[in-house]
Amino acid sequence: MPGKLKAKIVAGRHLPVMDRASDLTDAFVEVKFGNTTFKTDVCPKSLNPQWNSEWFKFEVDDEDLQDEPLQITVLDHDTYSANDAIGKVYIDIDPLLCTEAASIISGWFPIYDTIHGIRGEINVLVKVELFNDLNRFRQSSCGVKFFCTTSIPYSYRAVMVHGFVEELVVNEDPEYQWIDRIRTPRASNEARQRLISLMSGELQRKIGLKVLEMGGNAVVGYLQCFDLEGESGLVVRAIGTACTLEKFSSGSASITCPHPSTAPPSNACNSPKDGKELVFGEELPLSSGPPTPFRALPSSSSSPPPFSPSKPCSRQSSSSDTDLSLTPKTGMGSGGSAGKEAGPLKTLLRQQTQTTLEQREFPFFTLTSFPPGFLVHVGGVVSARSVKLLDRIHNPDEPETRDAWWEEIRQEIKSHAKALGCHAVVGYSENTSICEEVCILSASGTAAILNPRYMREGCLDVGSIDHRFDDPSPPNCGFCHIPYDELNMPFPAQLAYCYQCRRQKVPDVLFTTIDLPAEAAVTGKGCLIQARLCRLKKKAQGEVNATAISNLLPFMEYELHTQLMNKLKLRSMNALFGLHIQISVGENMLLGLASATGVYLTALPAPGGIQIAGKTPGDLNNEQHVAAIQKRINDAIAKNKELYQINPPELTDEGVGSPIPEPRQRSRIFRSHSESSDELSELDLSHGKKDAFVLEIDDTDAVEDIHSLLTDAPPPAGFHSCSTETMPGIYNWTSGIQMFTSVRVLRLNNTNLTNQGLNKIFTDLCENLLKSFYFKLRSTVPCCLCHLNFTVAVPEEELVQVSVTAVAMTFDKDQNQEKPPEKATTKGGSETEDQLQFPLELSADSSSTSPQPSKISVSSLEHCSPLPEGRSRSLCSSRSFGVGSVTMVKMTPLSFLPGTRIIKYLGIINMFFIRETTSLREEGGVSGFLHSFIAEVFAMVRAHVAALGGNAVVSYSMKDCVLMENPNKNQAQCLINVSGDAVICVRETDQEQTTNTGQTCGTIDGAT
Amino acid sequence: MAVELDVFVGNTTIMDEEVYQLWLDGYTVNDAVRARMEGGVLDEFDATADVLLSDTMDQYRTFQMCERLLHSPAKLANQLLFQIPPHRQTMLIERYYAFDDVFVREVLGKKLSKGTKKDLDDISAKTGVTLKSCRRQFDNFKRIFKVVEELKGPLVENIRQHFLLSDKLARDYAAIVFFANNRFETGKKKLQYITFQDFAFCAGQLINNWTVGAVGEGLCKTKNNMVEDMDVDLDKEFLQELKELKVLITDKDLLDQHKSLVCTALRGKTKAFNEMEANFKNLSRGLVNIATKLTNTKDVRDFFIDLVEKFIEPCRSDRWTAADVKLYLTHYTNSAHILDTFKHQVVWDRYMGVIKSCIFKMYHD
Repeated sequence: MPGKLKAKIVAGRHLPVMDRASDLTDAFVEVKFGNTTFKTDVCPKSLNPQWNSEWFKFEVDDEDLQDEPLQITVLDHDTYSANDAIGKVYIDIDPLLCTEAASIISGWFPIYDTIHGIRGEINVLVKVELFNDLNRFRQSSCGVKFFCTTSIPYSYRAVMVHGFVEELVVNEDPEYQWIDRIRTPRASNEARQRLISLMSGELQRKIGLKVLEMGGNAVVGYLQCFDLEGESGLVVRAIGTACTLEKFSSGSASITCPHPSTAPPSNACNSPKDGKELVFGEELPLSSGPPTPFRALPSSSSSPPPFSPSKPCSRQSSSSDTDLSLTPKTGMGSGGSAGKEAGPLKTLLRQQTQTTLEQREFPFFTLTSFPPGFLVHVGGVVSARSVKLLDRIHNPDEPETRDAWWEEIRQEIKSHAKALGCHAVVGYSENTSICEEVCILSASGTAAILNPRYMREGCLDVGSIDHRFDDPSPPNCGFCHIPYDELNMPFPAQLAYCYQCRRQKVPDVLFTTIDLPAEAAVTGKGCLIQARLCRLKKKAQGEVNATAISNLLPFMEYELHTQLMNKLKLRSMNALFGLHIQISVGENMLLGLASATGVYLTALPAPGGIQIAGKTPGDLNNEQHVAAIQKRINDAIAKNKELYQINPPELTDEGVGSPIPEPRQRSRIFRSHSESSDELSELDLSHGKKDAFVLEIDDTDAVEDIHSLLTDAPPPAGFHSCSTETMPGIYNWTSGIQMFTSVRVLRLNNTNLTNQGLNKIFTDLCENLLKSFYFKLRSTVPCCLCHLNFTVAVPEEELVQVSVTAVAMTFDKDQNQEKPPEKATTKGGSETEDQLQFPLELSADSSSTSPQPSKISVSSLEHCSPLPEGRSRSLCSSRSFGVGSVTMVKMTPLSFLPGTRIIKYLGIINMFFIRETTSLREEGGVSGFLHSFIAEVFAMVRAHVAALGGNAVVSYSMKDCVLMENPNKNQAQCLINVSGDAVICVRETDQEQTTNTGQTCGTIDGAT
Repeated sequence: MAVELDVFVGNTTIMDEEVYQLWLDGYTVNDAVRARMEGGVLDEFDATADVLLSDTMDQYRTFQMCERLLHSPAKLANQLLFQIPPHRQTMLIERYYAFDDVFVREVLGKKLSKGTKKDLDDISAKTGVTLKSCRRQFDNFKRIFKVVEELKGPLVENIRQHFLLSDKLARDYAAIVFFANNRFETGKKKLQYITFQDFAFCAGQLINNWTVGAVGEGLCKTKNNMVEDMDVDLDKEFLQELKELKVLITDKDLLDQHKSLVCTALRGKTKAFNEMEANFKNLSRGLVNIATKLTNTKDVRDFFIDLVEKFIEPCRSDRWTAADVKLYLTHYTNSAHILDTFKHQVVWDRYMGVIKSCIFKMYHD
């Protein structure tokens, strides 16, 4: 009996009237855990009942504690007929199982009913007593901490990063069981909610077990998803990065955490000193022997026809234009050579790392930002997609088919990374799109080389600190340098010598799925770049349908990629971060949406312009037309340069980089060309140096491309937008934030739509959404919409749904031109900032390659001591919230809150809700229905966080929003899944900052 | 192609004060969009009508969902559905309970019943306030009336605490409740010139001086704990005592004595002296008769019309200035104290104090 769960029902308020005669309610409460149920007394005739019950005690296995939610049902007592349910509260008690998270759950919870929504609130107290040493119980994994945050959480340091963990569980969907025909919608919804709650508990426990096996104690970047496969079942799957985390003492945490309000756009930079300790575990995971060569994967092994081709993604295939693989790799990025002297060294490093990393089954990391020095080189985006036919999951206990599908995809990703000369994939994520029986599985990430030193040394030894400074590449441009071999490039790219260190080769463009590394030097500001695409397909069934989709996918990826490239060039930028490509399948169309943050990396060459080429050069009319378009594009580029303040330092010795021998690669619509071509010579581009992009307007596709290029409106004055955590080029965040979720559904009434027509509609939909956001948030300017996360879906044949969750963050306009120079002195508490001062200086003076920054940061951090007791006590007292009124809970999709410091992580929030209505019109139509449902979901998340003692949710995301409607029957149903990390954060006051600085300086002085 | 669904939900509920006002004023979504366009929102910010429509719809939905909570404002503070900062909550409540003076003037003193509600169409047409807004205002009156009706204690304080309103607004509502409860006649043509604010002032005077609650706690206890509705109903005992004032007009000596005292004091101080002297008996009869009849509910209802007919109109036809009225009433009140046979000084002061300030307030064009 390893645990005792105790619950106490205190009171209710704002209950609905259940007895029409008296206009009152006779409420009582059932508290259920596992198979045990307790009841409170009936509190007669009150809408604000006071039960003040005894402590209900459940003696349970800790395995159950992890899987099961505490279920609280509020009912109306009825003497003569059956008691009516008012609503339910599910409380996930996982946060109580972790000593470092919450110790008690206490607060008001909305009473939720899947038909009526929130119906009053109930005050509940929950405690857990754990008896035994938990590690002896192998079925449970109590104590493993979970974080949605995709970086090392604040106030923690990573002692070890063990690597990828994944798990999936499957079950029958209650909605599709035979019993569903005879039970009420409410019962069916509740069965589903409960099942999913159980499944995610089980999933988390199983992942926790894997983490314990690997020797870790936490999962960072935990990403859990549901696949509602309809008839064939319900899949809950999760991936994450296993780590061993160590908490800073409360005092030192306050020193090492960066001040997000002022810290440059990184949040992983909070623990620079532990770089030396951030080591990959020596005890290597599960993988037995060498990884299966992906080529050998039998593509016909799984029972449903696998449409994911096991096409070897060789260097040739990805570089050729005709030979597009069905699951194309989008490997963009650095081309290249490791220069003269760096070459052999790199090979050596690679050999070293291979020994540790390649033994792993999947060297994947769901993290998107990293401690400095972790990331050595970035190769580019790798992605894989596969189309599967769903069939019933026969044995839920052995979800082999689904496992095998993902295994296949991951192998492919791994091989893509290898082709890019990389041994690891970072910023890794997986998702699915399901329509009827067809399912597209997608995975993507960024191929990278991680610091070999971390891997080689295995465990921390003191000597390693000094070695770090011998690192051949300066930290701030190193990640741009190509990881692959110059002579054997995986795809066509133009290489140049790094514009910062001048020593190593960098590609002309770099695409990644990660956040911009903290140390990266950026010129000007970034912006949101989106590629949108619609492709019609014929309605079909089964294999025919799957084949059709498979055939369309590569073209879609290719066009999305082209759009991204063109839009990037148009903005005079050379790199994409946080790239997320989603392809969604509907009955008669496929939707593709790629979002990323474009930036100008100082280390990369200036992008060339875009050249328009007519198909028939002789035609005078055409020439004029081409010239006109060309002018518009040139104007747009010039305007964008100004808008995003892109003024790269002029470099006199531009020719230093030797011309790189490279076969000219042509692509269908655009090509990169290195020599000036005859027929285009008269179109002199101001920006067009040797590497202008050529757009041939020889077909309607290209015309359309150009139009879509030019119709993207820049955000209005005072606004910025990006898909990453923060906006490159903005550093002085103020504390104002406004998180929002917006959903828009379009009905396409026109049945004879063309691809172009659809594209236009889809593009307008996205653009209009952005315009709407800007308008609604106009009072918060200057502000930046961060983490703009668009999700597209085709819920029904003629419907297109776009859901967006993002946060608007205000910043101080006066200082946004550059990083304030006095910052280092005023806020010396955060060493990361000191370090981040350097990239700018380095970019100005490209000849100097100084390893000093890391030295400074390490030395100063080494000696920081915990703050005196008094201060930490004052921190605690400041988080006692006012009793009576509702705690304000901030929510953000980012991993931090500007102007505040996270002092405690209280546990993961992972909630799944269903809402259904049979009176759609009365609830204000679908919009009214969804509006109140989203508001209710927010309310329930906030209530759970507040009950855990928290005041904010970070890394919040809405993973699913599945809406089904039938206006004719006056019905609608919606499922929403949200997740995030509940935290306690405290405000950074000026007072604190000054004492902080003083103390830090003092300790550093004293120690050195 | 049509927008099937379009929602935007902020973690902190986003509310535009301008749109809120349009919603309160009963504008339809389309009218609101038009009004906003004319208001120049689009010029300030580069946006299309679509954007404005979408925003307006979102806001309207939010307000509709909030409306339930606004009906019992205390709930707004501890509900969980909307996260609204406290100062915004105050704004929402204050604006929701704000009303149009022209509208309230129409229903003042009427029974807050279904019958009156049916007349709202006409009132809407007459005042130009939209029917929707009329309904909201009327329902607010009714709701507050119903809640405070069952409460003990001071009226204004009850309203302020239960509906979290500002002092000014709470006082206005107290006036409305007081008028509705006593069914004062305010709709007669002769009373049309009196504004709501005049009436609200008078109500305040009556509440503070003529109700049971007004006398003070010490007095209350001696009177059999008659605390119920102490602010809403007039002090019956006081009304009875008012009958004693009749002596001022029935006793001929007293009347003459009173007149000569007033005239002596007034002589040479005003141009209207002759008219004052000539009208003294009439005016005095008028005021004292009002006092003596107040035990009849019917005459309470006619209190204001009587004041106008018996005092204000005669004075106005004689072209008294406001200063004249003030002067006259001051001396009229004070002189009664010197009358040696007149024993009801306390009641007289309590009566005349209110009458004086009401007439001052009402004496204008």
